[in-house]
Amino acid sequence: MRIQNLTRALFFFFVACLMTLSWTANARNGVFNPESFYLNNGMQVVVASNHRIPVVTHMVWYKAGSAEEEPGKSGAAHLLEHLMFKGTKTMPSGAFSKAVARNGGSENAFTSLDYTGYYQTVAVDRLEDVMKMEADRMTNLVLTPEEIETERLVVLEERRQRTDNNPGAILREHVNAALFLNHPYRRPIIGWAHEIAALGKDDLERFYRRWYAPNNAILVVAGDITAKELRPLAEKTYGKILPAPSVSRTRAKEPPQSASRRIELKHARVRQPAWNRTYLAPNRKTPIQGGPGTEHADALEVLSEILGSGSTSPLYRSIVIDKKLAVSAGLGYGSGGIGPSRLSFYASPRSGVDLETLETAMEAEIEKLLTNGISAKEVERARTRMLAEAVFARDSLSAGARVLGATLASGGTIDDVESWPQRMAAVTVGQVNDAFRAVVNGRPSVTSLLLLEDEK
Amino acid sequence: MISRHPFSLLAVFFFFLTGCTASPLPETGEKDKSFVRIERVVSPGGIEAWLVQDHTNPIIAVRFSFTGGASLDETGKEGLAEMVSSLLDEGAGELDSQSFQRRLEDLSVTLRFSASRDFFSGRLKTLTDNTGEAFDLLRLALAEPRFDPEPVERIRSQLLAVLRQNEEDPDTIAGRTLNRILFPDHTYGRPASGDSESIKSITREDLGKYASAYLARGNLKIGVVGDITPEQLQTYLDHTFGGLPDEPVPFSIPETTPRTTGETRIIEMDVPQSAIVFAQSGVKRDQPEFFTAYVLNHILGEGGFTSRLYNEIREKRGLAYAIGSYLYPLKRTALIYGSAGTANAGVKEALQVLRDEWHLMKDKGVTPEELKDAKTYLTGSYPLRFSSSGRIAAILVAMQTENLGIDYLDNRNSYIEAVTLEDVNALARKLLTPEDLTIVVVGKPDA
Repeated sequence: MRIQNLTRALFFFFVACLMTLSWTANARNGVFNPESFYLNNGMQVVVASNHRIPVVTHMVWYKAGSAEEEPGKSGAAHLLEHLMFKGTKTMPSGAFSKAVARNGGSENAFTSLDYTGYYQTVAVDRLEDVMKMEADRMTNLVLTPEEIETERLVVLEERRQRTDNNPGAILREHVNAALFLNHPYRRPIIGWAHEIAALGKDDLERFYRRWYAPNNAILVVAGDITAKELRPLAEKTYGKILPAPSVSRTRAKEPPQSASRRIELKHARVRQPAWNRTYLAPNRKTPIQGGPGTEHADALEVLSEILGSGSTSPLYRSIVIDKKLAVSAGLGYGSGGIGPSRLSFYASPRSGVDLETLETAMEAEIEKLLTNGISAKEVERARTRMLAEAVFARDSLSAGARVLGATLASGGTIDDVESWPQRMAAVTVGQVNDAFRAVVNGRPSVTSLLLLEDEK
Repeated sequence: MISRHPFSLLAVFFFFLTGCTASPLPETGEKDKSFVRIERVVSPGGIEAWLVQDHTNPIIAVRFSFTGGASLDETGKEGLAEMVSSLLDEGAGELDSQSFQRRLEDLSVTLRFSASRDFFSGRLKTLTDNTGEAFDLLRLALAEPRFDPEPVERIRSQLLAVLRQNEEDPDTIAGRTLNRILFPDHTYGRPASGDSESIKSITREDLGKYASAYLARGNLKIGVVGDITPEQLQTYLDHTFGGLPDEPVPFSIPETTPRTTGETRIIEMDVPQSAIVFAQSGVKRDQPEFFTAYVLNHILGEGGFTSRLYNEIREKRGLAYAIGSYLYPLKRTALIYGSAGTANAGVKEALQVLRDEWHLMKDKGVTPEELKDAKTYLTGSYPLRFSSSGRIAAILVAMQTENLGIDYLDNRNSYIEAVTLEDVNALARKLLTPEDLTIVVVGKPDA
């Protein structure tokens, strides 16, 4: 069981890298009962209380990700994220991290397609210090050419580690570039190596000045605190920052697509081949041009719970258990982010099974599922599991902050998170099958094959 | 999503092994009370579990470990413990694989097993409403696993797929090679996940024998967190674990000293970035200087964005994205273990800096300020580990497997506070042996 999950986890990691599915998978989970208010400068503040331990997770989310980068400047959002740990007008380079560590805190930052986030987990009585420093670097960052050069090297190492050393990751970059003809999701979050190498101080500062401002940021604090306690701290720190001219994300739109595409990578370092077929899919915010609309989003989440989850899923049962053709088989759907989203089938063959045979079997199984439909029983089972997930999500200190932040930073609302259990409970078997057919039947897709070098 | 700081699998492993190595109280918190209250629960049948009641959410998390783990795999059967761990939830008692999995899913019960070098471990998570069924499924999995031919062959194919891909993974190759160098004649030198030959040779009988021989009450420790009372837990303990044998088949894993030769072995592979791993002798969890070593290594290589290796190799020179060193205490040996990923052209410089830092730490020790900062971090970051029911349960298990005592959390702070500059610097001189630092590089490093 574990191995199957491992394979699935790896797959999700891949989708997560592109669409931040891993967090939106959590976003399915539930009701955090957050409180929310706005500061005078337009910064939204969200509090999700959890009083188990005297600790808070403090996160600032900027509504700007790699998809906001100018053409030719891929990697700017992420390199800037790294450089945010350097100095400001009042703090020397690295001092923020030192201060967090001295206070027994942990911290990190992340860049996705749609947002960039910074967080610290600290004892609640250290929260104000952290807020002061986070507010400081929202406007006072100082970039020096020397630090940019060194950090550029770090990021290029990061790219080698994540992508260039890994044939599967190289192929996924090509899949994205093929899947999106025009939308900026076609670029890797970390950036193309040659563009990372060419990013200048001006490029980074332009991105920073444009997007890093209180009216384009969301403060999310989860843990041992209430909104009433947080408000004065937020007003004292972030509340002092002047808003920037308001910005809106205008991204190149994806045209209606007509042709399916097929991509192969044969690589000397592949030992375990893999098959993948991906369709553009709607989420709650973004429909597919010339294709399925947002009304299918909730049903697609239920579908992915049925086909993507566990060893009782029909795909796994047929391809892995009964036909013994694969070590893994399933489906993933990323509902999060601004979108367009994607729905992706995957499978990896057992030893001795060629990818063509596996592909034929997967196609037949998908066709059968489309024709016969998912059963009402499976939908009912999935709903039960999903509602339980909402309860489990409340157990974690930081899950609420992550889910709420990711949703809001992608243009969603608190209600999108809070109403999730009700929405999932309302999905019918008819809607699941309609959504499945709308995304897959007759729609263009991108099929990718990861192959051994000597494989046909 | 990509993060600024790499996620270290080794660090995660270390956390679960000795999840309570950070101290119990936030530096600024209340000094005289832990914020979790641990109860020792002993069932009428004599089975002990440590419990933290938390009735906030209708959830129960259980973690447990049997001593032994992958180190009990016989030569030629490497990967057996891991294979058992992948199969216990693939059919038990009257339930075949699909029926068992379906029951778990329909009850929203999470049940997982895993094997590390020294432990065979498991986790159970359930909604309070389904507690009885959840514990019963756990009972079945432990006491009556079926190891039916279909799931055995399926899991075998999955393990082989992972092994095949790992044959070309620089990090995996580097780690396995280093283990072989360090422990040529010991179980720790053999791959815990096996190799394709050993996985192919494992039979249903081997799987059944491992489970019946080594999953016993005598080598079991249990931690429970959540919406359950001690009285309820007592009943479930007897029902779930009462049917296991009293004691495991006797086993002994010999003590061993890593053979740190100081060699740098290069394995040629056509990749743009070289994987580097390095190790030298460390300090075991039960040795008196463990906490001194913990503080020392924090300053050297483990302190997030603040360690010396991080600063010198990444921040100043941009030679790596991931770089760190970790204490890696096992039951029968101990290492300081580290890894880095560096472009082929930078390997030579990165290794030079690594050795220089090792020498510098040995010769000059740490500064009072570094020590102070390390202590405030290590004491203050303690509560961060108590971030979910499952994590707390894992800490309860580690406290028992490491014999730390039920009051450990109350005293933990003081152990770190007690570490002095003289302690750290004396240990640095004694423990760190730059000339023995044993290194494996997988890639195409220049010169």
